[in-house]
Amino acid sequence: MVGLLVLAAVLAVLPLLLILGTLIVKGAGSINLGFFTRMPVPAGETGGGVAHAIVGTLMIVGTACMIGLPTGIGAGVFAAEWPASKIAIATRFIADVLNGTPSIVVGVFAWTWIVAKQGHFSGLAGSAALAVLMIPMVMRTTEEMIKLVPNSLREAALALGYPRWRTSLQVVVRTCLPGIVTGALLAVARIAGETAPLLFTALGSQYMSTNVQQPMAALPLVVFTYATGPYPEWHRLAWATALVLIVVVLILSIAARIATRSRFDAPR
Amino acid sequence: MLPAEPSHPRIRTEGLTAFYGTLAAVKNATLAFAPNQVHALIGPSGCGKSTFLRSVNRMHEETPGARAQGLVALDGADVYAPKVSLRRLRRRIGMVFQKPTPFPTMSIYDNVAAGLRLNRHLSPAGLDDLVEQALTVAGLWDEVKDRLHGSAIALSGGQQQRLCIARTIAPAPDVILLDEPTASLDPQGTQRIEELLFGLKARYTIIIVTHNMQQAARVSDTTSFFYLGEVVETGPTRQIFTSPREQRTEAYVTGRFG
Repeated sequence: MVGLLVLAAVLAVLPLLLILGTLIVKGAGSINLGFFTRMPVPAGETGGGVAHAIVGTLMIVGTACMIGLPTGIGAGVFAAEWPASKIAIATRFIADVLNGTPSIVVGVFAWTWIVAKQGHFSGLAGSAALAVLMIPMVMRTTEEMIKLVPNSLREAALALGYPRWRTSLQVVVRTCLPGIVTGALLAVARIAGETAPLLFTALGSQYMSTNVQQPMAALPLVVFTYATGPYPEWHRLAWATALVLIVVVLILSIAARIATRSRFDAPR
Repeated sequence: MLPAEPSHPRIRTEGLTAFYGTLAAVKNATLAFAPNQVHALIGPSGCGKSTFLRSVNRMHEETPGARAQGLVALDGADVYAPKVSLRRLRRRIGMVFQKPTPFPTMSIYDNVAAGLRLNRHLSPAGLDDLVEQALTVAGLWDEVKDRLHGSAIALSGGQQQRLCIARTIAPAPDVILLDEPTASLDPQGTQRIEELLFGLKARYTIIIVTHNMQQAARVSDTTSFFYLGEVVETGPTRQIFTSPREQRTEAYVTGRFG
């Protein structure tokens, strides 16, 4: 029995190791300074980089965070502090449904409401789609983290004369802040790699663009475009981009782990 | 210390009834708490003594579905009056809970300063002084003076509870409510807290809920016995434990039930 469990554990981590291994073998060779700083070169030429997609991903994900994090965290605090209110119950239910919604559906939604209405693809539409994916995740983890804070702590603050909102923010949220940050970082890691919702919102681009009202490149879109393209040079870049993407996700996950440490923990 | 004039109680309740939903946990309680006295509330679990205590600083109403009716007066003023500020009320009536509740994200210093920062704008030096005073009165200063900016949750349970007492007395309340403050402590920690109470009553009016009859007998001047939500009997502690008037009180203090 124990043997089976060990086998299951090995099988669970094997894909990650295989993915990392494959990406390193196929992609690491193409990673150099130029890969990060240069723009794509015309098909047929060798070299070139994905600087446009790095900038694009940073801008799209950054904008998504600016919309999604305050909304998600705020909604989570509300749902945890007024758990029995009608708004909280409805919001919680909708967030759970939204959490299970395929990301491509969210992409279609953003296309209908932003791209089709504006008449052009844009990084902003991509950000909106990613924010919609992010909000329910952030909201639910925030709520769960706040619920873990013992009620005695809330009472201690109230008994000291803290008003309700200050109790919430300065005592309860502060106590579970590492958990909330972890949830936020994991949500960022999750949306940074989303491809489907960007396909018909940000669209992708061969050029550097910092205008969120224009089509924008993004790392997952580069992987998609290059991996399905005909040129070996493109395939090489797709592998390298995939490696960069997974390293970014890995770094965010590690940051999430560091964030869960209390400031009073001994440095390790 | 002269016994206070019974006509000038610091806290007085009249016909106080406290509900959870439709269930009355405290029924028609009329009590007076004299300044500079320790007044113990005893009784079996579920008798309403904690609910009574929580009605005094209006913590009772923080529980969903809970409400209170009747009078609670602090120096003659109704604490349930519509214009009462909860912040000011709770600055004057501090509370210590059963489980030590230091704020885990704050240092020892910041814990003690929490209530002070809420109510007054002090210079850093002024704040330092008041924090030191509160920790000294709580008997914790010597143990923590070298690690004021260290973690509050690294302290032992007994130290944490004394920290909570320091946090409660720092804003200089008039009344301190203690809800079974030693229930989660070892005998040594319990003894420290009990010794502390003797010193504290010189400055404050103290109401302590306790499960432990020996503790009530040791620390209090006056004792009230609660049973099934009602105040059965109130009197000088010695009298309650040696010659109670009510049969139910006698049955409880001699250990025949509860």
